[in-house]
Amino acid sequence: MLPHLHQPFHTWPPYAQATAWILAITLTLIICVALLTLWERKVIGWMQLRRGPNRVRILGLFPGLGQPFADVIKLLMKEVIVPQRSNKWLFRLAPLIALVPAFAAWAVIPLSPTVVVSQADAGLLYLLSLTSMGVYGIIIAGWATNSKYAFLGAMRSAAQMVAYEIAMGFALVGVLMATGSMNLGTIVRSQAGGPLTWNWFWLFPLLMVYFISGVAETNRAPFDVAEGESEIVAGFHVEYSGIAFALFFLAEYANMILISALTAVFFFGGWQGPLQGYPGLGQTFLGAPSFGWLLLKVFCLVFLFLWFRATFPRYRYDQIMRLGWKALIPVTLVWIGVEMLLAHWHVGPWSH
Amino acid sequence: MSAGVLVQGLFYAFGTVLVLGALGVIGARNPVYSALSLVLCFVTAAAIWLLIEAEFLAVVLVLVYVGAVMVLFLFVVMMLDINLAELRQGFTRFAWLGCVTALAVIFEIAGVVWARGTLGVDAARGPVPTAPNYSNTLELGRVLYTRYAYPLELAAMLLLVAIVAAIALTMRHRVNLKQQDINAQVAVRAADRLRIVKMDPEPRP
Repeated sequence: MLPHLHQPFHTWPPYAQATAWILAITLTLIICVALLTLWERKVIGWMQLRRGPNRVRILGLFPGLGQPFADVIKLLMKEVIVPQRSNKWLFRLAPLIALVPAFAAWAVIPLSPTVVVSQADAGLLYLLSLTSMGVYGIIIAGWATNSKYAFLGAMRSAAQMVAYEIAMGFALVGVLMATGSMNLGTIVRSQAGGPLTWNWFWLFPLLMVYFISGVAETNRAPFDVAEGESEIVAGFHVEYSGIAFALFFLAEYANMILISALTAVFFFGGWQGPLQGYPGLGQTFLGAPSFGWLLLKVFCLVFLFLWFRATFPRYRYDQIMRLGWKALIPVTLVWIGVEMLLAHWHVGPWSH
Repeated sequence: MSAGVLVQGLFYAFGTVLVLGALGVIGARNPVYSALSLVLCFVTAAAIWLLIEAEFLAVVLVLVYVGAVMVLFLFVVMMLDINLAELRQGFTRFAWLGCVTALAVIFEIAGVVWARGTLGVDAARGPVPTAPNYSNTLELGRVLYTRYAYPLELAAMLLLVAIVAAIALTMRHRVNLKQQDINAQVAVRAADRLRIVKMDPEPRP
């Protein structure tokens, strides 16, 4: 039976519980995005032997910690310029459309053994459908701007996302085969044991495909041709300023956290701890599954996004397409075949 | 307020949006607006399906039509330079055909609703609510992959054939087409392209 112990609010009626959790998750995510932008600039700074932001302080302490908040205030104060010949209504709507899927997807992600907003049985399909809707914000923005640069960015991004969604979906088919469920809670529970019973071990090629596609889906470096500063200025958000730009920014970083969380859930056991069942640890943090482990895994995976950005040069557009269609999709298809054999011989996740 | 009233209220709200969206599809002057209205229609239809607990169908509708088909539609419509005046030329000539088709569809829907009403099925109430641990997705999968396994596989093969046919029909081989050999590009080494020549900065005296 699925648990429904939303602990902190468990005496409230169900709809109030759900609303409270949705608010709590959304606000936490926004704060996380703010801190992530700072962390990104710091990390890339250190990798390039710079200091990164170190001026704006909070309460005179923690140099640099106030930077994201100062940036947000600056962006809020700036004018939102709407180009004269643009499609004004869609131009204003696009950032909101980009933002919604990034947040709505968190509804089905199991945060800890007892906390998940919705235990939908089609959770995995729900996630796929939401990530595929993320492209609309970008296409609409690119078209409504009525500028060649923005439109090129939108077209690139649309083609890229449609291509990588397929690889992503196939990688998730492999996860589905290994766990036998589309419910994310069940997927996490079925990986119980230790690091070697987590899906990454038997589905390693699929993990690679999933994470690479995830980087491409979020339009992050080295797949950021939708923005491509050196070729098409800033791509789909070239004419966006002020808070409208901030919303695109928020969506991009929320998507990064989302993809990291999904990778953690599908391949690294979500909230499962790596030392579960070891004698002497009992119900301490090390021995028990908890939200802390998920947080730790998400943090490490998000770090990879930043590391990639500081390391890899941008792909050429035709090579992006080639990688998606001719490298990643065949890998997933082959590995689904391998999984069939593993299941036949009762190896790995199929041994019991 | 009971759950039933809430569901009914939601149904009418989504229904209104759906009808307005459908009107937008045929009424919008700009084809991009039409395509976006169609997206709105799909999303609200999915929401209505969720109300009758058909979550699998709802999610798949969004996944396939909103996530893939309509993106490609928009992709094409945005790039086309459509002449609206030319499109509207035959409007009055074919209006009667459209009216007849619309009337036929309305008549059919009314017939189904009337038949269900007289046969004792309350159409407005929808199907009986299912048990909380019932999984629509699981049940559909069970039926599709056991009883209807062969028809499903046949349908899949049919789609595959259609894809191959569509690609084969539209693929054109142009003469003198310059193509990149990516393997050769990747395999290239600096020594193949670059020769470093040692020479003195100025002639020796």
